[in-house]
Amino acid sequence: MKLALNYREIEGKSTGFWVLLGGLGLLIALGLGATLFMEHSGHHVTGMSNQIVWGMPHVFAIFLIVAASGALNVASIGTVFGKPLYKPLGRLSGLLAIALLLGGLMVLVLDLGHPDRLIIAMTYYNFKSIFAWNILLYNGFLAITIVYLWLMMERKMNKYYQPAGYVAFVWRLILTTGTGSIFGWLVAREAYDMALLAPMFIIMSFSYGLAVFMLVLMAAYNWTNRPLGNAILYRLKNLLGVFIAAVLYFVAVYHLSNLYATEHHSVERFILLDGGIYTKLFWIVQIILGSLVPLVMIYHPSIGKSRPAIATACALVLIGGLAQLYVLLIGGQAFPLDMFPGYEVTSSFFDGVVNSYSPSIWEITLGVGGVAFALLLVTVAVRVLRFLPESLEDSAIDPHAAKAD
Amino acid sequence: MSDTNKQMNSARREFLSKAGATAGAAAIAPGVFLTTPAVAKPADEKVTSDKRWGLLIDTTKCADGCDACVTACQTENGWGGADNSEKHSNEEQKAQWIRKVQLKEKATGHVSTLPLMCQHCETPPCVDVCPTGASFKRADGIVLVDKHICIGCRYCMMACPYKARSFIHEDLKDQKPWAPRGKGTVESCTLCVHRVDEGGTPACVEACNAESHNAMFFGDLYDKDSEISQQLEQHGGKQIRADLGLNTGVRYRGI
Repeated sequence: MKLALNYREIEGKSTGFWVLLGGLGLLIALGLGATLFMEHSGHHVTGMSNQIVWGMPHVFAIFLIVAASGALNVASIGTVFGKPLYKPLGRLSGLLAIALLLGGLMVLVLDLGHPDRLIIAMTYYNFKSIFAWNILLYNGFLAITIVYLWLMMERKMNKYYQPAGYVAFVWRLILTTGTGSIFGWLVAREAYDMALLAPMFIIMSFSYGLAVFMLVLMAAYNWTNRPLGNAILYRLKNLLGVFIAAVLYFVAVYHLSNLYATEHHSVERFILLDGGIYTKLFWIVQIILGSLVPLVMIYHPSIGKSRPAIATACALVLIGGLAQLYVLLIGGQAFPLDMFPGYEVTSSFFDGVVNSYSPSIWEITLGVGGVAFALLLVTVAVRVLRFLPESLEDSAIDPHAAKAD
Repeated sequence: MSDTNKQMNSARREFLSKAGATAGAAAIAPGVFLTTPAVAKPADEKVTSDKRWGLLIDTTKCADGCDACVTACQTENGWGGADNSEKHSNEEQKAQWIRKVQLKEKATGHVSTLPLMCQHCETPPCVDVCPTGASFKRADGIVLVDKHICIGCRYCMMACPYKARSFIHEDLKDQKPWAPRGKGTVESCTLCVHRVDEGGTPACVEACNAESHNAMFFGDLYDKDSEISQQLEQHGGKQIRADLGLNTGVRYRGI
């Protein structure tokens, strides 16, 4: 028989806990300081320009938003697909989803030319804009996930949480479709303009979200000395392997589709062969370090059983994910617009040349601040509310599920 | 206004219009060509979709090395130039509403040059993607940015196939009253909407004519008798990135 799971707040009295809070708080303060400086001076202090209009803040923001929807998957697998092994993880999964989304939105909003006009973004809607839809999707996701969490955590309301889980699952798929479509629906730029980006972003979210989830789970249980059994961890890492492979498949289809169309050969050549930093990031960081190495580590018969190795694989997936978004976002803008096919183009406005971009320290600090904000929310939440089961030992969770592994 | 005044006014209007028609008929009698000039819109009258303002650029007449259109736009709208108020921005960050682009055909080596600005699309991608509706198209086809509700997200710049828009990276001074600009917002060619609404032509067109290049024509694309429509009917005109089906208001000849 299954033992009743006991959720409990973390103690949060150790020096380590306060150092963690202080460290994250410092990073957030630095991020806000960078924002103040950028907004006061204007964006001329950043590496962004009229050629590369979206920079490092957008890489971080999109990364966090994509990871947020993916982090909810663990809860969905428990609720929607009825896998008992995942049910004890549902609360943390919902919490991470909310925290990562808020972190991402913080970065996105603080990079606007006019963050002070947030109220306008909330009150003026152009419903043809996928960006406007995303504002509704983000807010809806937050509201739905909060309700889902409440129904999960409030014993009296527990019987209603399943429908909320279904709604949250469908909503998160729509949300990531929206995020991918921000780029997929841009007809002007050759690196974007592909409907495939929507499902590709969904599968990227599966991978990034699960990697973040596993790292947070392992850190939380390790630092609080709570037991975390192999059954659950191995199940999660095997799933991560499947997601990494799925992302690789989508990346391959994306590039093959572009390579088939002659008009896109030059942009593919740029990313895959002679794009300098973008080519290096693509092959070395995204493909080798961020995909192939973690795949081997995860499925290796002995390395795949080592916890430091699993944690390293998760971290590599996240680094690879940041590289993937950097190549797509910045590389896609660096490649010149092809307005005059068959002509060599020159102008005072950098037409026909590869645009350069080097991220400023301010942009990176803002992005890191967003990550810190998400992690701080999680740290505080698990301290004050019952998100984490006291034990995730193999015997504490569903024994049948554990046996099946 | 008294009734007598009204009668006098209407009598005067009738006289003037008849006299004008006679004079006009006399002028075109030699049969040179029939065109109607752009007419001013009274300030209290709504902009309608009866007109669609457009530009035709004859690249065969556009002189290499001449940037009179660019300079005129800078002076008119207060961007760029020698006294550019974007002191801190680097070259990649400074705004450019209109730029001269040089094209060299790879196959033949033929070199041509043309001014490139907002193409005032009929279905502008910048308007589609703008989350707040700050990027908008007037009924008469002019694409503008409402600086009051632009949040500076730059999605329009990502969406524009012509790189026609600029983001302002710092505080600005000494702006023209008819061309408000501001840090943290996006801007682009307004087709000199302030002149057009008063019956004038954009500064770039005026400057090109003043240089006697006459490479730019401005007018109502819906008016069959306008010079731009007649030129387009006789010689045709191409759209840049016509494959996108945006039906641009700016057309080019000779590319």
